Amino acid sequence: MKRYAIWPLAALVLLALPFVFDSGTSLTKMSLMCIMAVFALSYNMLLGQTGMLSFGHAVYYGLAGFMSIHALQILAGPSASMPLIVVPIVGAVTGLLFALIFGWVSTKRAGTAFAMISLGLGELVAASSLIMRSFFGGEEGVSADRSKLAAWLGLDFGAQIHVYYLIAAWTFFAVLAMFAITQTPFGRMANAVRENPERAEFIGYSTQMIRFISFCLSGTFAGIAGALAAINFEIMNALSVSGAQSGAVLLMTYIGGVGHFLGPILGAMLITALQISLSDYTGAWMLYFGLMFILVVMYLPGGLAGLIMAHEPVVRAGHLQRLIPAYLLAAVPAIICLSGAVAIVELAHHALVKAATEGPQMSVIGIEFSSKAPIPWLVAIGLFVTGLLLSRMTWPRVRDAWSEVHLLMKQS
Amino acid sequence: MLELILFSSLNGVLYGMLLFMMAGGLTLIFSMMGVLNFAHASFYMLGAYFGFEIAKHLGFWIGLFVAPLLVGLVGALIERFGLRQVHKHGHVAELLFTFGLAFVIEEVVQMIWGKLPVDYRVPEALDFVAFTMFGTTYPAYKVFMLSIAIGMFIALLWVLTKTRVGLIIQASLSHPHMVAMLGHNVPRIFMLVFGGGSVLAGLAGVIAGPALVTQPSMAALLGPILFVVVVLGGLGSLTGAFAASLLIGLVQTFAVAINVSLSDVFAFMPFNPQVGTVLGDLWSVTVAQVAPVIPYLLLILILIFRPTGLMGNRET
Repeated sequence: MKRYAIWPLAALVLLALPFVFDSGTSLTKMSLMCIMAVFALSYNMLLGQTGMLSFGHAVYYGLAGFMSIHALQILAGPSASMPLIVVPIVGAVTGLLFALIFGWVSTKRAGTAFAMISLGLGELVAASSLIMRSFFGGEEGVSADRSKLAAWLGLDFGAQIHVYYLIAAWTFFAVLAMFAITQTPFGRMANAVRENPERAEFIGYSTQMIRFISFCLSGTFAGIAGALAAINFEIMNALSVSGAQSGAVLLMTYIGGVGHFLGPILGAMLITALQISLSDYTGAWMLYFGLMFILVVMYLPGGLAGLIMAHEPVVRAGHLQRLIPAYLLAAVPAIICLSGAVAIVELAHHALVKAATEGPQMSVIGIEFSSKAPIPWLVAIGLFVTGLLLSRMTWPRVRDAWSEVHLLMKQS
Repeated sequence: MLELILFSSLNGVLYGMLLFMMAGGLTLIFSMMGVLNFAHASFYMLGAYFGFEIAKHLGFWIGLFVAPLLVGLVGALIERFGLRQVHKHGHVAELLFTFGLAFVIEEVVQMIWGKLPVDYRVPEALDFVAFTMFGTTYPAYKVFMLSIAIGMFIALLWVLTKTRVGLIIQASLSHPHMVAMLGHNVPRIFMLVFGGGSVLAGLAGVIAGPALVTQPSMAALLGPILFVVVVLGGLGSLTGAFAASLLIGLVQTFAVAINVSLSDVFAFMPFNPQVGTVLGDLWSVTVAQVAPVIPYLLLILILIFRPTGLMGNRET
């Protein structure tokens, strides 16, 4: 029973959030987080659940978004009969349709070949978006007005708060559906295909069929995300089917963690929040984004969710207090190292990009200095190197603490 | 017509040879390490930018030699301290690592050299017309590029077939495990091949930089095409990569030169879709406009119908 309590709780949180964060920007931010969470979860149906690495997932998101924006245009007008809340169905059907076509082609193969076909299909659609201008709207994209549709319960969805609730509701049911799918026998078979396709074949399942079904389901949910994006932005441009968008969803999902259901949601929320807020502080936020992804790939293959979930059995066994001192000790050099790295990137960004227009002067917490002078650079590099060296000393402590905890858990 | 065929063939072969300079290294890296290196085109871009920077201070010719070596050094360091670390997490992690790397390199290049194209010029010594045919001129720099590419091709062939290192590399292409069991230091060979592949990509960048545009998006534009070449030729097959490079080079240059659309071909028919509809768009699109799409169509077709590629013997 405890397992299911999380769903009403999540629904309550989604309902209550606008009362806590009621400004326009945070509403937009939360809407975007919901959309990206659905998109990343749909991507994880492929990568995490079935073990298919796709480089062209934005195709289904983007095409569904375009179809929805056209649907918004068609359904608008004085004689409108359909309310806005049904538009995501258009997206879902579009996503499913294209996943059926492209999935039939690409799921014949697994592994690297699948990844390459998905890349090829992604580039194909991205390139066609520049050819078929009447559908994709060329450079400026296609826009629509969501408030022109038929009102539903007296709402015309002109205000962002109405749209937030619409998106939140769809997100809730989409996430619930995607979770339910992981619990079905089919979800288990998908995992089996990921772990060992040969054995899955031996039990008598067609791995190709399972990949195909996974692909279609994933395309459908990506389509819902695309439609929600169309409703939220009221505009779609060729960027949403591009390789950059496919890369973004891959980054989000992987940083969040592919091994756990909640991972992609975590990744989508974190990356969206960073995208919106970090870009206010620094021009080099894309670089941080990429570096973070590389670090996760190198040191945290389970992603953030993997890191968090590794502590779950420890907490349950009541041994967390044995890890905390080691963590606190390791955190000090890690923070020093991180601040050094950030300082290097910021100095470089300031000296190379901003200095051309604003001059080399910059200030941090009231201290003025030139980003081209040697001293700030020495300080930054010094912090980075010191942190790195100290980390090498504190890291064994963390490892020791972990092995101690493992030992204790094995004994009990 | 003859003029079009002649010049398109020349340009196509040139483009194909340039592609092979990168695809050759990429094939070697993939066959030995199992890593489809997303960052390979980024090394090409680094080559162009290093070449530009060195040419600004020391002249083009020094850049021609130094820039590829610098790129090779960067590649070897990345293999040693990045990729080798990721190796234990499996091939997907390696692929994702290079994917992230390509992302970071593009950002760093944008930070250092700006988002706009840089002014990387053809050296004055090569800035003349090589020959004129049918009233069209052909620049000497392109002849120079072609000769460098061919020279590199011969050198690569010589290294791979005549030297000891080359024989080991060839052996690791088909039987990587056996080579390791024979006691060769496979990680060091990996580093060597990764560095060597980066040198070739860097060289391609240095000579292509002045002729094409040196800009931060050049890696993202070329990267997917490289994958097409490698998969089309057959993973693990250098001859296949060579054939596929030339094929893609020729197909793309010829396609760009053909300005015919379906509506031109079927102009005699009474039926003509209206301009402004999706069908109308498809109807009036010229072959030249479709050119960027053709390699991907080829990629998808080959992966469905002949998964080993043109000359490969391994399934991807």
